[in-house]
Amino acid sequence: MTQNKQHHLNTLSEIRSLMERSSRFISLSGLSGVVAGTIALLGAIVAYIYLEIIPFDQERIYYVEAPLATKWGLNFIQFFFLDALAVLLTALSAGIFFTTRKAKQQGLKVWDATSKRLLINLLIPLITGGVFCLALLYHRLLGFVAPTTLIFYGLALVNASKFTLNDIRYLGISEIILGLIALFYLGYGLEFWAIGFGILHIFYGAIMYFKYERKEAVTF
Amino acid sequence: MKNIIVHLNKTFDHRVRLGIMSILMVNDWVDFKTLKEMLEVTDGRLASHIKALEAEAFIEVRKQFLGRKPNTSYSATVSGRKAFNDHLDALEKLLKMRD
Repeated sequence: MTQNKQHHLNTLSEIRSLMERSSRFISLSGLSGVVAGTIALLGAIVAYIYLEIIPFDQERIYYVEAPLATKWGLNFIQFFFLDALAVLLTALSAGIFFTTRKAKQQGLKVWDATSKRLLINLLIPLITGGVFCLALLYHRLLGFVAPTTLIFYGLALVNASKFTLNDIRYLGISEIILGLIALFYLGYGLEFWAIGFGILHIFYGAIMYFKYERKEAVTF
Repeated sequence: MKNIIVHLNKTFDHRVRLGIMSILMVNDWVDFKTLKEMLEVTDGRLASHIKALEAEAFIEVRKQFLGRKPNTSYSATVSGRKAFNDHLDALEKLLKMRD
């Protein structure tokens, strides 16, 4: 290959890299998904222990049991609030940690125009879903909360996926489908939650890790 | 051979200008600071290349105030997009040719 050709090839790959880096946030780490999923599963286990029910046990439906539970001196609203908050905070911190680390390895900034755009587009459906769930709680429609969180979370991911790695789109679609199925099996909300926030995160996180990061990690 | 060389646009014959156009092709409006960070160039160099692209009407400029701070953003024009695409096509053709 002539030197000239090599020069043109370099130019084209530089153009492609700039187009990608300037329009998408590509530092999202698959490990954040794996860790967030694991934390979510732990959160689900704590919920089962609190309610003293067994997964897939339809004899005692979780949202019928929940208002009666008073374990550890907490009523169910206090318990679910604390459990969800703990899961959210630890999962979010882990996500930020691994994503910041990946950005550093790539020599990119974590907080720039692309991550801002990603976050805004994620938050619009997510906050809508959050308020929607508060209304469901207000009307005591507890059984609908789990499917609704999955559906809105999925919509948020599909919306945000245009501004980050494309795998997020498939994770989003999976969450939506799972949420829709959950609407027809109201008693299994906790199980669907564990699958959606736990297993799906671990699954897609692992795919993303092996697809984008392991190769890079080896060279480090 | 000559025929193809003609299509390579002289205005894009520089790394920074190619960089500016690449970013503007996939984004609506991009401000000066973002361009600077993405391309890792000094203010002066970026400004001079922006001026060159502006002179060809390949990019347009929008000045506005964000609060009290002046903010200048850039966007690729229709003719700029066409010129850049033609340039890329020419590059591709050059690569496909036998040595």
